[in-house]
Parts: sequence; C-alpha cells; structure tokens
Amino acid sequence: MLLSADEWEALRLSLTVALRSVAMSVPFAVAIAWLLARRRFPGRALFDAFVHLPLVLPPVAVGYVLLLLFGLHGPLGGWLARSFGIHLAFTTNGAALATAVMSFPLMVRAMRLSLESVDPGLEDAARTLGAGPLDCFATVTLPLMMPGVLAGLTTAFAAGLGEFGAVITFASNIPGETRTLPLALYTALQTPNGDAEAARLAALSFALGLAGLALSEWLARRLMRRMADPP
Amino acid sequence: MIEVILKKRRGAFTLDVAFQMGADAAAGSAAAGSIAAGSATAASVATGSAVAPSSGVIALFGPSGCGKTTTVHAIAGLLRPDAGIVRVGGATLFDSTRGIDVPAERRRIGYVFQDARLFPHLDVLRNLRYGAKRAPDDGPRIAFDEVVELLGLGPLLARRPRQLSGGERQRVALGRALLCRPRVLLLDEPLASLDAARRAELLPYLERLRDRLAVPMIYVSHQFEEVLRLATHVVLLRAGRVVAQGDVAAVSLAPELRAMVGSDALGAVVEGEIETVDVAAGLARLRVGGGRLMIQADELSPGRRVRVQLLARDLILGVEPPRGLSVRNCLEGTLVHLAPDAARTHLVEVDIGGPRLIAQVTTNASAELNLGLGRRVWVLVKTVSLRGHVYPATGASSGVESSARSPEASRADETAAGARPS
Repeated sequence: MLLSADEWEALRLSLTVALRSVAMSVPFAVAIAWLLARRRFPGRALFDAFVHLPLVLPPVAVGYVLLLLFGLHGPLGGWLARSFGIHLAFTTNGAALATAVMSFPLMVRAMRLSLESVDPGLEDAARTLGAGPLDCFATVTLPLMMPGVLAGLTTAFAAGLGEFGAVITFASNIPGETRTLPLALYTALQTPNGDAEAARLAALSFALGLAGLALSEWLARRLMRRMADPP
Repeated sequence: MIEVILKKRRGAFTLDVAFQMGADAAAGSAAAGSIAAGSATAASVATGSAVAPSSGVIALFGPSGCGKTTTVHAIAGLLRPDAGIVRVGGATLFDSTRGIDVPAERRRIGYVFQDARLFPHLDVLRNLRYGAKRAPDDGPRIAFDEVVELLGLGPLLARRPRQLSGGERQRVALGRALLCRPRVLLLDEPLASLDAARRAELLPYLERLRDRLAVPMIYVSHQFEEVLRLATHVVLLRAGRVVAQGDVAAVSLAPELRAMVGSDALGAVVEGEIETVDVAAGLARLRVGGGRLMIQADELSPGRRVRVQLLARDLILGVEPPRGLSVRNCLEGTLVHLAPDAARTHLVEVDIGGPRLIAQVTTNASAELNLGLGRRVWVLVKTVSLRGHVYPATGASSGVESSARSPEASRADETAAGARPS
C-alpha cells in the first residue's frame, strides 16, 4: 500500500501526538492513581469523578474548555506564552495536550486497578526494612504495579492515535501541524474524489490500532511471566 | 533493653499494655524472685515491673483479637498509638509526652510477618539484601553468609518467593529481617500459617537464632507450646490488657493462663540442669528444686539446661512416701495452694524447694487424702508421660559461639546466663 506524502505526514503526526500525550500524562497519572488507591482525603469521590470526566463528556466540550484555559487569551495559555513562550493552541503540542486529557482517565484507571491489587502489607514490610516512602514506592509498589502502568500506557497511546473531537476543537486541523490520521481521514471524506484516500487512511488506522493492542498484550504477558516462575 | 508502654483506642477495642525486658544484671535475680514468689495469685506475676533478661525472647501470648498484632505493629511504627513509650536498646522510638515518633523505616526493627510478605518480584537473594542494603553501618553486624548458613537458605537464593514452601518463605523472611541489623526482632505468629510438619521444621531454626544471635526477640503466639520452647519472658494478653507476665515458670502457674489454655493443657514448667545421662537406658537425670527428675532423652549431655512441663493431669499426689511403684519420679514438697477447679477437681500447688508444681486431682481424692495447706506431699510422675514435654532451655551452654556476634553481645549473654537462677 503506497501512501502519499500528506498521508505519511498524518501518520507521523498521529504517532508524535500520541507519544507526546502519553509522555505528558504518565507522571500525573501515576501520582493520581496512587492518590486514589492509597489515600483517604475529603473530596476524594469528587476528585475521582473529575478525573473520569473526559470519559463521559463530548470531546468537543473538552476541547472548548482547553481553548478557554490554554488559548492565547486564556489564564493558563497567556501565562505560558508570556513566561515561557509556549504556545499550545493550534500547535502539535496542543494536539498532544488535548489527546492527553482525553485519554487520561483510561491511563489512571488501568494503573489504579493494578495498584489496588498490590498488597499494602508489602509496603509495610519494605518500610520496616528501612525503605522510606519514595524508596518503597520505587522499589516495591511501582515494580508490582508495572503491568497496570504498561497497560495504561499502551491503551492511552492507542486511544491517542485516534483522538478527534478535542484535537480539532483545541488545535484545529492544520496540515503538518495538527492534522493527525483521524483529522486527515475526516478531511479526505469532505473532499470530492477523496474516497480512495479515506479508505487507505481508515485501513491504516485499523492496522495501527491492532498493532497497538497486540503490543500491549505482548508487553503485559512478558511482564507477567517475569513476575511468575521462570520456566 | 526493651520498654513498651502503649495505649490505643480503636472503636470498641482498647489496647493498654506495658512490659519491659531489662539489660541489667538484676534480670536473673528478678527472674529467680518471681519463681520463689510465684504463687498462683495474680499479684505476684501480674505486675508491670517484671524484668526479663536482655537478649532473650519475650513471648506475647493470648487468644486471637487480644491485641498482640496491634502491639507489635505499634512497636514497628506501622501504627501510631494514642499514647505511650517504645524504647529499644537505648533508643527512644516513640514517646507521646516528648513528641517523638521515629518513622518505621528508621526504627530498625526486624519484623517477620505471619504471611512472610516476601517481595514477589525479587528472588530470594535480592529479598535478603533489601534490608541489608539500607541498614546503617553501625551496631552489631550479622554476616550474610552466617544468616544463610544458620537458616539453611543456600539452595533457595536463586528462587522466587512463589517457588518456596510456607516454611521456606518464613525462613527467608527471618533472614531478611535479621540482615537489616535490627535492634529487636518481632515475630508475629511466624508459624501460624504453617501445617504441623512445617512448624516442626521451622522451630529448631528459631531456637538456633535465639541461642546463637544477640538479637532480642518479641514473639507473638497463641500456641503455648511455642512459648514453652522459645520464651524467656512471657506476657499474657487478654482483651488488650496485660493480665500476667513473668518468666515461663512463673506464668505457667498463673491462673490467667489456666483460663486461656484450659486445665487439660495446664502444667507447671520447671527448668533444671542435666546431672547425669544413662546412655544405655536412654535416661537423663535432672535436678529440679530439692529433687530429681528422670527424663527420656537421647541427645542430652550433662550440664545442659532443659525446661520440662509437667502437665497437671499427669501428676499423682501421695501424702506419705510411696513404695513399690514403677514411677521413676518422686518429688517431695509442701502443699502451698489448693483451689477448686471446674469439673469437680482441685488444683494443688506444691513447693518442691523453689520451683512449684501444679497437680489436678479429683475433689473426691482431695477430700479422702485430707489435703490442706502446709501438708507434706509427694508428687509422682511417670517418666514416660514427660515425653514430648522436654525442651532445651534458653542460652543452652552447647550453643555454638558465633563468629559474627559483637563482643558486647557475647558479654551480655554471659551476664544473662551467669545470673540465671539454678
């Protein structure tokens, strides 16, 4: 299957955006998963609901809120632009941010489930053996929740490849900057005689999705095997 | 030295315990005193001032839910008491009045959990090294190789926790706790999750640790037999309170213990040194108070101290010197306490020249013999009935000197052994 230059560009952008979105959200996702699984604090249920909000909101609404916050005249966007010269709206990084927000609940969910299955007794044991909270997290909790971390990572990456609504609202549909695979596919559908291109892009999306899922499955299995008895 | 005073409220449950194990030479004489004064009244043993020898084993004994685990959790710093003091080896780890609360990771308390809690993602070697790597470079050092040898861990080092049996897991957990150079070792029912065979396999390892290392232990159990085998000092807990404490001999007579183990398992514990061994007959003679006791023993040598439990229901009382019986053991003494028990029996306490024995006789027999306080009595016990109730005593002289123990530790041991009542 031969792709045109534009289609290669869309593929490359999709991968870049998904990768950056995952990189942005991992540390926060681990921290929030830990907070939700291990800490009791007032307003925890509300916080939990807030984290999961992107799952149930229309993506366009999320993109709109991001635009309000991170647009050049938004409170956060203005500050970022003035202080660091960082522009998010209508940029690749903006597309990554929108994607990160949308896939964040998926990531937190996978990590939290995994973390909840880690016996807190093991953390107690680590502490009696001289490991401080961070040491204990890094050497006991994190390795034991690794299957969940990897699952969250790959799921978020795969989902990020296909994020549409939030990206197009917040980052627009700029060729070479924010026109990822789904946006290119949408554009092709809107173009007369774009059917063949749309079909190719759709097939590409299918292949990518399948590859992503297969990769995550393979990683999880490998990790499980490493934890379990060696052959 | 270990000093523990804890108060903790948790819903309807209130924990309020205090016990200590002192480092001074008075330890031995205090223990001797508690034997001499060890009548079956609560007052003699239930005081909080009883002091146990320095590098011994404190057993926390009591039914489930009495607060044993809560107590050790608080000592380890995994649970914060409402008030109290935890002092170990001169370091104050918790003191509510002075606002001291050392975090668990800096308390250096070797905790062996009931369920081992080995790290499943690390092999045995790396589990063992986990605490060792983080231990500061001071205090008595226990060499890695020595721990491996002592606990027989050599063949297990490359395995994962999942590939270990329950007993092996506990041995690794013990080694891991020891290698973090603990001030004290907390053992929370380490045998409870094991079947009888695994338990029998692990107990000798615990005895070896007790006899060869200078690390004091706090041993939690609800099996009195384990306490008999391991403890130097016993703290009886019930419903969050200390109901009695003292050395094993004194606590074995405590009425509070009777309520916990039942009269069938009740029996005075005496300690003594082996005088002579008749290898051909497989018998050893033991000096106990003013008398002698014959026990069946294969692996005992003269000079060894052993602990014998004489079950109350196995003892026969005579009011005159018996003649023409097959019974090997006849101990003369004075009746010092007589109390009716459930099931129409009497519990009779006899002073045999220091140690005390407790015998269970029917009310009928008690009346017929006209038993009363101050009466001269002869206690008979079949050597055969003592089988399985003889345990090597703490600090047995045959204990191999460990190369890795610190000189202070050795000295402390000698003091404890030298001051032992005989």
